[in-house]
Amino acid sequence: MESNSIKTYTGIEKFNPSVIREHFPILNQEVNGKPLIYFDNAATTQKPDVVINAISDYYLNYNANIHRGIHSLAEKATEAYENSRRKAKDYINASSTDEVIFTYGTTDGINLAASSLSKAILNEGDEVIISAMEHHSNIVPWQMVCEERNAVLKIAPISESGELIYEEYLKLLSEKVKIVSIVHVSNSLGTINPVKRIIEDAHKVGAFVVIDGAQAAAHLDIDVKDLDCDLYAFSSHKMFGPTGVGILYGKRAVLDLMPPYRGGGEMIKEVTFKKTTYNDLPFKFEAGTPNIADVIGFGSAIGYIESIDIKSVLEYEQGLLRYGVSKLSEVEGLRFIGTAKDKVSVISFIIDNIHPFDIGMMLDAGGVAVRTGHHCTQPLMDYFNIEGTVRASLSIYNTREEIDILAEKLKAIVKIKSK
Amino acid sequence: MSDHSINEIQDEIIDEFAILGDDKESTVFYIMELGSNLEPLDDKYKVDSNLIKGCQSKVWLDAELVNDRLVLNADSNTDITKGLISLLIRVLSGQRLDDIINADLYFIEKIGMHNVIGSQRSNGLASMIKQIRLYAIAYKTKIQSQS
Repeated sequence: MESNSIKTYTGIEKFNPSVIREHFPILNQEVNGKPLIYFDNAATTQKPDVVINAISDYYLNYNANIHRGIHSLAEKATEAYENSRRKAKDYINASSTDEVIFTYGTTDGINLAASSLSKAILNEGDEVIISAMEHHSNIVPWQMVCEERNAVLKIAPISESGELIYEEYLKLLSEKVKIVSIVHVSNSLGTINPVKRIIEDAHKVGAFVVIDGAQAAAHLDIDVKDLDCDLYAFSSHKMFGPTGVGILYGKRAVLDLMPPYRGGGEMIKEVTFKKTTYNDLPFKFEAGTPNIADVIGFGSAIGYIESIDIKSVLEYEQGLLRYGVSKLSEVEGLRFIGTAKDKVSVISFIIDNIHPFDIGMMLDAGGVAVRTGHHCTQPLMDYFNIEGTVRASLSIYNTREEIDILAEKLKAIVKIKSK
Repeated sequence: MSDHSINEIQDEIIDEFAILGDDKESTVFYIMELGSNLEPLDDKYKVDSNLIKGCQSKVWLDAELVNDRLVLNADSNTDITKGLISLLIRVLSGQRLDDIINADLYFIEKIGMHNVIGSQRSNGLASMIKQIRLYAIAYKTKIQSQS
């Protein structure tokens, strides 16, 4: 629910980054005396003023706990909260809002999926498949449940270009496989996995499929019905919304199989000391007072993305990616890590004889924010036999001029180092 | 052995950094250059017992007693960290144990290092200093127990 005083953006017919930049107040600042260039969007995106305003509007005008209150503020807060659920449902094309569970983020969603789904269907000797390019958040929860239930975790290998070796994945599929959990878009490499096909083949052996959509949600047009995934987790803060909110989508039949994950208020129908009966979907999985303000902010972020049209976003980002790869290729000794054919706008690289940490520190001193290190994908870094990479992850407000500056600064760093 | 006192060297460093002014980019570039110029540590010293491990950078620090002075040798996998180490070595290596133990390392604050390297790296720098002091204390205790 947005009050009339809040600006909304509609009718941006042609994608124009300078108009987009005006929506993000934080970008208009200097860091270390240089204009901020924010290239750490895969870690978290910046927030447009509509999102910031929606959150402050809630606290200023209708802060109340949701669902149980009968007073007007509680009614208004509940309506705004549930409106975000409807927006999320439409955004990913789920069949019903019952299939849209609010979580605290992708990691929380995958933990819910792993813990609850494994209780329902994973037994001793069963197998779970993940890929070699997973974020720790899609590795550790499965290691934990496999250990708990004496199941076996199998890793689908990837190629030098950072793409899943599909035949090897197919070889791993058997009747023993109960769950396949795979990343839609790699956070370290930008690789877009062929998830529709992965899901289809997993379903042939009767496995359930969980998708880690953290990096996909802001860059791709997500359609869970078309993908036919069983569970799909993503985060608000990587798609211009606030931190501390995410979605776990689940097919109703799958969510019905899964026992509650956390106990507490809201998730119950009736509580006695002998026996508690659980609430219906989606509330069965939403124990305790949720992060109401940020869920409302998330709804506003979805509205924002829809107002600028995800297809034009995609096109713009792909153009930036191609430009970035071509500009950075000019830097001596630079090697890209992750050269998949299908990629989102993530450029990961290393430079001969210069540690990623040094590059990151020097770029920061010049106002450029990138990520350096293993990006929470240590097994993937081990595969490439590197300690880490420098990652520039681009978003809708980034420009070709900013990429030029990045390339210039990298050239200067290489020059200093070779002195 | 160092002919200059700890404070004399600290004052030199403060003067050098003053020339760089407030520009963080040139300061970081300068630290990295210092790092590139630091003599690499012989591999025999790059052992786990000499390792101080941070999130993204590793530091190997070795200290030996030569006459009554502590001689420091160190290395890192990142040039910026090596640059920081080289400053510490310049100030503390070759100094008397008591001088190291009692040193007031004011140059770090004076050159605005915290602002340049951030809080995480500042913690790393602090643990390097702590480790150097511990070496000095350990050697002092050893000498006292022998005499």
